[in-house]
Amino acid sequence: MDFLPHTPEDIAAMLARLDLESIGDLFEPVPAAVRVDRALDVPAALDEVSLAAHMRVLAAKSQGAADLVCFAGGGAYDHHVPAAVTALGSRAEFATSYTPYQPELSQGVLQAIFEFQSLLCDIYGMEVANASLYDGASALVEAVNLAVRVTKRDRAILGGAVHPHYAEVVRTYSSGLGLDLDVAAVTDAGVTDWNALDLTGAAAIVVPYPNFFGRLEDLAGAAERAHAAGALCIAVVDPTAMGILRSPGDLGADVVVAEGHALGNPMAYGGPYVGLFATKLEFVRQVPGRIAGETVDADGRRAFVLTLQAREQHIRRAKAASNVCTNQTLMAIAAAIHLSWLGPQGLHRLGETCARRTAFAARVLGEIPECTLRYDGPRFKEIVIETPMDGANLCRRLAGRGYLVGPALGRWFEEMDRCLLIAVTEKRTEADIRGLAEAIEKELAER
Amino acid sequence: MSGPLERSAGTRFETERFPVVYELSRAGRRAWSLPATEVDAPELAEIIPEAHRRTDPPALPEVSERDLVRHYTRLSQRNWAIDVGAYPLGSCTMKYNPKLAEEAAALPGFAALHPMADDSLVQGALELLGTLERALCEATGMARLTFQPAAGAQGELTGLLIMRAWHESQGAARRKVIIPDSAHGTNPASVTLAGYQAVEVPSDERGLVDLHALEAALDEDVAGLMLTNPNTLGLFERDIERIAAALHKVGGLLYYDGANFNSIVGVVRPGDMGFDIVHLNLHKTFATPHGGGGPGSGPLAVSQRLERFLPAPVLLWDEGTERWRWDHDRPDSIGRIHSFHGNFGINVRAYAYLRSLGPEGLRGVAERAVLNANYLRALVADELPTAYPGTCMHEFVSSAKHLKKTGVRTTDIAKRLIDLGYHPPTVYFPLVVEEALMVEPTETESKETIDGLADALRQIVREATDDPDLVRAAPVTTPVRRPDEARAARDLRIRWTPPSG
Repeated sequence: MDFLPHTPEDIAAMLARLDLESIGDLFEPVPAAVRVDRALDVPAALDEVSLAAHMRVLAAKSQGAADLVCFAGGGAYDHHVPAAVTALGSRAEFATSYTPYQPELSQGVLQAIFEFQSLLCDIYGMEVANASLYDGASALVEAVNLAVRVTKRDRAILGGAVHPHYAEVVRTYSSGLGLDLDVAAVTDAGVTDWNALDLTGAAAIVVPYPNFFGRLEDLAGAAERAHAAGALCIAVVDPTAMGILRSPGDLGADVVVAEGHALGNPMAYGGPYVGLFATKLEFVRQVPGRIAGETVDADGRRAFVLTLQAREQHIRRAKAASNVCTNQTLMAIAAAIHLSWLGPQGLHRLGETCARRTAFAARVLGEIPECTLRYDGPRFKEIVIETPMDGANLCRRLAGRGYLVGPALGRWFEEMDRCLLIAVTEKRTEADIRGLAEAIEKELAER
Repeated sequence: MSGPLERSAGTRFETERFPVVYELSRAGRRAWSLPATEVDAPELAEIIPEAHRRTDPPALPEVSERDLVRHYTRLSQRNWAIDVGAYPLGSCTMKYNPKLAEEAAALPGFAALHPMADDSLVQGALELLGTLERALCEATGMARLTFQPAAGAQGELTGLLIMRAWHESQGAARRKVIIPDSAHGTNPASVTLAGYQAVEVPSDERGLVDLHALEAALDEDVAGLMLTNPNTLGLFERDIERIAAALHKVGGLLYYDGANFNSIVGVVRPGDMGFDIVHLNLHKTFATPHGGGGPGSGPLAVSQRLERFLPAPVLLWDEGTERWRWDHDRPDSIGRIHSFHGNFGINVRAYAYLRSLGPEGLRGVAERAVLNANYLRALVADELPTAYPGTCMHEFVSSAKHLKKTGVRTTDIAKRLIDLGYHPPTVYFPLVVEEALMVEPTETESKETIDGLADALRQIVREATDDPDLVRAAPVTTPVRRPDEARAARDLRIRWTPPSG
């Protein structure tokens, strides 16, 4: 099945207009020596009925949150996506549009981006947000780059409980930038002790809030220390906590980044997600990516446009603030719709239900013989449990009992081979939590 | 009080002041519906210490679900889209996006998968990626591919970091990457991010890379050359074999920017042309929706000698267990470039598209895209001549500089086209053409649509002489007319603030 509208008569008429014999004549500039003289070795074409069946078969070979009770976390979570958000966010007028370079034909996307920016500023206590970046990791990279440009320093210090994949991505990018990267240690409490670190010469410190282990770090204290050292404080902040936690702006952060998929977008095996990026007005000219702004049209009506484009690669080329072009606008629109669906009280309810059910789960899991909570102290949405079993093995075994948990932590953290993450969203009921506890208990007893 | 949403829309594009979602807010109204805690847990105040606890939730809008649905439905209607009409943006490949791909990506067996689930739980997803990787490597003539880059620009950076790792493995850190002056802005921006210096080579009178200038720029400090082929003028770099040979002779690597791959898929492969590194834009050639500016997907493919540098993990088929798995043990990898596995949901759509088309369908894409572009080019050749002579590939670049004497600029042509029912082409790019109009109809537009677009363009050129004020006042049929962009930058309003007082 192809999507080509040409009839044989169309093709004949078009070739006649071009005074050509065949379509092949149009490829004359391609040297014969390098042309493909065979059909590509790719799977044969399928009709729509067969393809739909094939896709269902392929989908059925995996197990996710629709098949297992999902307590998996580590940067991707099984939150509820409201039906209205899915319906509105998948409207073809948004989904099949291009970057809004012609504002008169793009007021829908431009205003949705403007609303997205406004909602992010409100939840994070920031003054500026962009139209989105690829994901949490790339948003963090861009924040570090902003700090390097602003402070004219080239050292960044990452909290030890920053998402290990984000830390890896920052390291990958830093090889091109000549950035000096330090990852701080994690204390027995599962946080970074920012008071114990020498921040001299740092462009930025990166504070996860909550961190990879679900623990709340002393963001206010860290920001104070960063500022005393002339560094910026970058906070990585779960947006679903913003109904109950003080905003990072209030606590002193200069740049806030996050993975925003939990706002309106499914887990989808890790993407498409949405990198959130917000900061203070004083840094606006160093912000990467697109920004929508309000203005008026020729008749004085309110209108929205992309603005401050002189920061961007299509204008500044080698001197641009970033190389980002395509971003994750559609995911940002879904996030905006989700935040509008929640409103202040819904955001509070979301945070409260997650936090209190997590506290309940921590108590129940902590009561299982041979299962301990690795860290004490305030936490949000995630718990690290430790058992006598290998973490990755326990994850697999629990999947066999109907529970999706993890990730296991041994891959990234020394001496955590027997630890794994348990995440509790608003979707996990008391029965789910007690069922998980029972499964863990059985697994440990029968090993 | 009767707000704007209480009136029904008389026309598709309302011209009344359209509310921002905050302006619909009424205290106490709500759309949300979420479970209470319902378990025996301590109060929030006992869980979250005061130092961390918020006293007042953020000042988000409070709207009903009906308000929300009408607001965003009407907002969507204030937007052009490929499902609404033709979108001939040069270099953007705005082709039709098949609906079955959307349905497939929404299947829970794809949409509800956790990215850190054990490999044994995601065999269907890995099989899909493995099959797609093999097909894309076949279409590009490359050995292996990573799906981590979320978009073309991230693919570029990934490729350039691999280029850097290759040269370091050869014991020579090189400093320069060559880019033609017609390149996309992401190329030089990515070069800077990768720690290289961008060196520009000019286009010659054919609109192709100036071979003499290129050969003069080549030395052992050149890490590579980034090339879009066909280039952004829509012209095939016919000297590609000579370019590749000259670059390889000084030890440089040839990078293929896949922005224009749509015009050659199934006809010629970057690997056969001598390219070492290739990124694809699946949101162009493989028909995934652009989403108002994203998401895309920018997989990065490499030749065999560069395979070991790919971002970890790399997908493997394990013969022993007959299972797919991620191989994390990649000591020479440049490292991870994405939080997880890239824009997986987009790759599912690209896979569905690939399986629809098969090998003949893919080649048909390139052939019809090139046919459509040349047909349109010929229809408007007298009124809007191309900057460089001859047949084009999937797009062509016209110049409207001959209309400047009438006071009509390229921008005006674009805006007038809106009133005549078409989204404008890309304007003022590439930078090497004065008053540029870059037109890419894509293969999914019909002859009637192209005839209509050509009629509209010819009409505008006539109007430029007969009634230039009409052209310069356009558009008048849109929800807003031309916005004051200078004011937007000067009087910066980039978030909603409540009216003062």
